[in-house]
Amino acid sequence: MAFVPTDQQLIDFVVGEARLLDQHRLDDWLNLFTEDGHYWMPLESGQTDPRLTTSLMYEDKLLLRIRVDRLKGKATYSQSPKSRCHHVLQQPQVDARDDGDKHYVTWTPLHYVESRADEQTLYAAWATHHLTVVDNALRIRLKRVDLVNCDAALGSIQLFV
Amino acid sequence: MIGQNPGKYRGNRQAISALVRETEVHRDLYLDQELFELEMEHLFANTWVYVGHESQVPKLGDYYATTIGTQPVVMVRSAEDKVSVFYNRCPHKGTRLTGEACGNTGRFFRCPYHAWTFRLDGSLAGIPLKSGYDNTGFADSHGARGLTPVRHVHNYRGFVFGKLSDVGLGFDEFFGESLSSLDNMIDRSPVGKLEVAGGALRYKHDCNWKMLVDNLTDTCHPMIAHQSSAGTAVDVWKSAPAGAKKPMVVEIYAPFASPYDFFQTMGIRVWDNGHGHTGVSHSIHSDYSAVPGYFEQMKAAYGEERARAILGENRHNTVYFPNVTVKGPIQLLRLFKPIAANKTLVESWAFRLVGAPDMLLERTVMYNRLVNAPTSIVGHDDLEVYERAQAGLAGNGNEWVNVQRLYSADEPGQRNVVTDGTSEGQMRNQFRAWTKFMTMGA
Repeated sequence: MAFVPTDQQLIDFVVGEARLLDQHRLDDWLNLFTEDGHYWMPLESGQTDPRLTTSLMYEDKLLLRIRVDRLKGKATYSQSPKSRCHHVLQQPQVDARDDGDKHYVTWTPLHYVESRADEQTLYAAWATHHLTVVDNALRIRLKRVDLVNCDAALGSIQLFV
Repeated sequence: MIGQNPGKYRGNRQAISALVRETEVHRDLYLDQELFELEMEHLFANTWVYVGHESQVPKLGDYYATTIGTQPVVMVRSAEDKVSVFYNRCPHKGTRLTGEACGNTGRFFRCPYHAWTFRLDGSLAGIPLKSGYDNTGFADSHGARGLTPVRHVHNYRGFVFGKLSDVGLGFDEFFGESLSSLDNMIDRSPVGKLEVAGGALRYKHDCNWKMLVDNLTDTCHPMIAHQSSAGTAVDVWKSAPAGAKKPMVVEIYAPFASPYDFFQTMGIRVWDNGHGHTGVSHSIHSDYSAVPGYFEQMKAAYGEERARAILGENRHNTVYFPNVTVKGPIQLLRLFKPIAANKTLVESWAFRLVGAPDMLLERTVMYNRLVNAPTSIVGHDDLEVYERAQAGLAGNGNEWVNVQRLYSADEPGQRNVVTDGTSEGQMRNQFRAWTKFMTMGA
């Protein structure tokens, strides 16, 4: 029997993904993405194109791997001291599901805090997860993070919203 | 500044000049708020400062609100063939005229406070209940003169610069041969035209604006500060399957990790008035893959020899003193907007080469987010060292910043020379220009 996720399983997946980030289990987090998966943080409100319009992030698995490895690196001075992060999610809503195509979309308003040394910054965002099933497990095809203030002047965001 | 007490540097040209020595500069250039305010009054008034690109205001009435130094200004398409720049305040009560950063104001600017209106040439068009000014001598007031224009505006092939004061040099004399870098970026379009592509990345830096400008020709930092990002990218790519095509992202990241000799031999060209560029013979932009169809377009537009000459330039960062830089080969412009002695806003603008394949814009946009975004790992590397310098300079053990690398005593008299690519000669050139324009005029 092919795995068909319930809505609750989709919700639990999104909640569990945030927990991996908060607990800094970044290798496990990276494994949640499909091989062709992307993480996208647009620069513009309502942005539709990641390729010819500037984004804050539009990263494939190779770039995400570089980011994760860098955070562990000894010469990564911007992580000395290390940053920490904290997600507070509203309950994810299942916006679309297509069991035949194994395509599921959830929408999750969230607050995200990133801290480093004496500084702590709060961001508000909406996360849209495009999920699929690979080898009987849910995987991320696209995680889109729309910051409420995406086009504002921002300081460094070093971890993953 | 209004109501300011005389301080250490105000009215004391000698004290300002003493801050810049041949091979070291005083930390107050980065820390002192009074000096920052004097920079805004003199350095950013006596030099030609980048305002914006004419493609941001293509239609009559289009405007773009920005700053020159810390002065609020608005650039507007005031006639089909003319871009004007005004101080962005109503002459009545001082209200800033624009709300949005850009938009179209129609045939008039209309103040949202009392509905005074101004034509696109800045002149006063109307005041509600105007009879209240009859017999008051209003015609001789500041109010009657309308919007105050920025005194000197020059549109160089679409790039609009402003100079606030009458002191200083004419546009051509100020920039001299350095305009060749803007030319090269523009000429990379087969039709010789650039367009701003979308909004700018805006990254807040808690450091002095000059740290960013100094860093543009600092070629001894990439292999150290960017080991974490570029070095990791190289390492991750090593585990790619044999024969895999190197992706654009690795082509962009990897050269940051190049060894010293790569940077030594690239050369730095030093121009008058603080301008200069890295990457004379080659640069981190030299080895990008060819974009299909592009060279053929360039050849058709310019002829083969000229097309090769245009694309053969690989200038890395060109510093347009005081606070803007362009990367011709990747069509990016970064503007370092001074906010306070310890605060700077970095804007990174992407340009489309009109008529060229989309893949070039794709690379520009990719480079911008990989290197210049608040979420960029290369950006994180740089900001960390700037902020540590801003903090460390407060230490009283030593009040001086060293810029001695490859100094020679005959350097100040040299003009338009090419130095070793790891020389700090261009930084010294910037500091000489700093003193010149800080102490020029009254």
